[in-house]
Amino acid sequence: MSHEHQTVPSDLTLRVKALESLLVEKGLVDAAALDVLIDTYEHKVGPRNGARVVARAWVDPAFKQRLLSNGTAAIAELGYGGSQGEDMVVVENTPQLHNLVVCTLCSCYPWPVLGLPPVWYKSAPYRSRSVIDPRGVLREFGIEPGDDVEVRVWDSTAEVRYLVLPERPAGSEKLSEDELTRLVTRDSMIGVAKVKLP
Amino acid sequence: MGPIQYEHDEPVFHARWEARVYALTRALRFADKNGNIDASRHAIEQLPPADYLRMSYYEKWLVRAEAQARKLAADSAASKNPVLKADMVSSMIAKGSSARRDVSIKPAFAAGERVRARDIHPAGHTRLPRYARGKLGRIARDHGVFVFPDTRAHFQGDKPQHVYSVRFDARELWGSQANPRDGVYVDLWEDYLEPA
Repeated sequence: MSHEHQTVPSDLTLRVKALESLLVEKGLVDAAALDVLIDTYEHKVGPRNGARVVARAWVDPAFKQRLLSNGTAAIAELGYGGSQGEDMVVVENTPQLHNLVVCTLCSCYPWPVLGLPPVWYKSAPYRSRSVIDPRGVLREFGIEPGDDVEVRVWDSTAEVRYLVLPERPAGSEKLSEDELTRLVTRDSMIGVAKVKLP
Repeated sequence: MGPIQYEHDEPVFHARWEARVYALTRALRFADKNGNIDASRHAIEQLPPADYLRMSYYEKWLVRAEAQARKLAADSAASKNPVLKADMVSSMIAKGSSARRDVSIKPAFAAGERVRARDIHPAGHTRLPRYARGKLGRIARDHGVFVFPDTRAHFQGDKPQHVYSVRFDARELWGSQANPRDGVYVDLWEDYLEPA
């Protein structure tokens, strides 16, 4: 069901063009502003931002402490915040605890640090199954927390947005903050993957 | 429900029309000073269930934007609404639109306290998921005071109140098939909770 978009009926393109033309004509929308919005979320705001937050937390214990006690303020130290990240909570994965983020009711997602959500995150199977069977979902993504590990699912039902602080991979001790940033994936910050060395 | 369909190297938008709908939606929300995010979510929820499941994500956004455009086009006062210009986009994004309210309200519950999610079935918009209704949980943290979506979605006021992260044991929600260690944390407004 998530691949419908690959066979887009042309009437959707036409309907959107008609809507935009009408709104521009009425003076309610400025087309140049739409271009800037699209460019922002295609090229400027995305999971690289979150990766910088994670890498900083891995190398700077004081920052990590601030991040876990007040996510919004600590993330703002790196210059990220605003729409759909106004109130952030960061949850830390450890060898005994695995965190997983979902929005069962719609598609809530921390835009300033992860960008716009992928289709699978917004799909009915992920939204439904991640709360009922998180371990089954994680297995599909290729990770299997042991029976000694607690799995916590965070359902973003209100206006708080969640970011997972993944575990720093073993063997990464000598890597610089920039090198660590490049290791951190979007999926690891949703909680459906672990960070691995290449 | 079936497997999760994962797409590698997924683009932010899969077609130009999706990008335009996303941007139009944000520009419309900026122009529509009477609107709010709860009413906007409710608009999507009011789609007939078969359409909701059949339509792609941004097709639903398009249906909503079309309805909002019809409303604004019919409103003679709408021409006085602010228009989002290119040089205003970055400040609009940076400012955001927090639903947090800086008012001092005494919380009814404290971290560690046992609570039950009310077994209620509102006809309108709500953010109390069905799977939690009637279930026993424990307050994990108090997020502070936020606008109440059940009233704001219907333009019946902000009704600010505490929102709590409530832990429900997986077994309380799903029975003995669930792992005894696991839990689901749900963010719930005070009106959704009762002492237990």
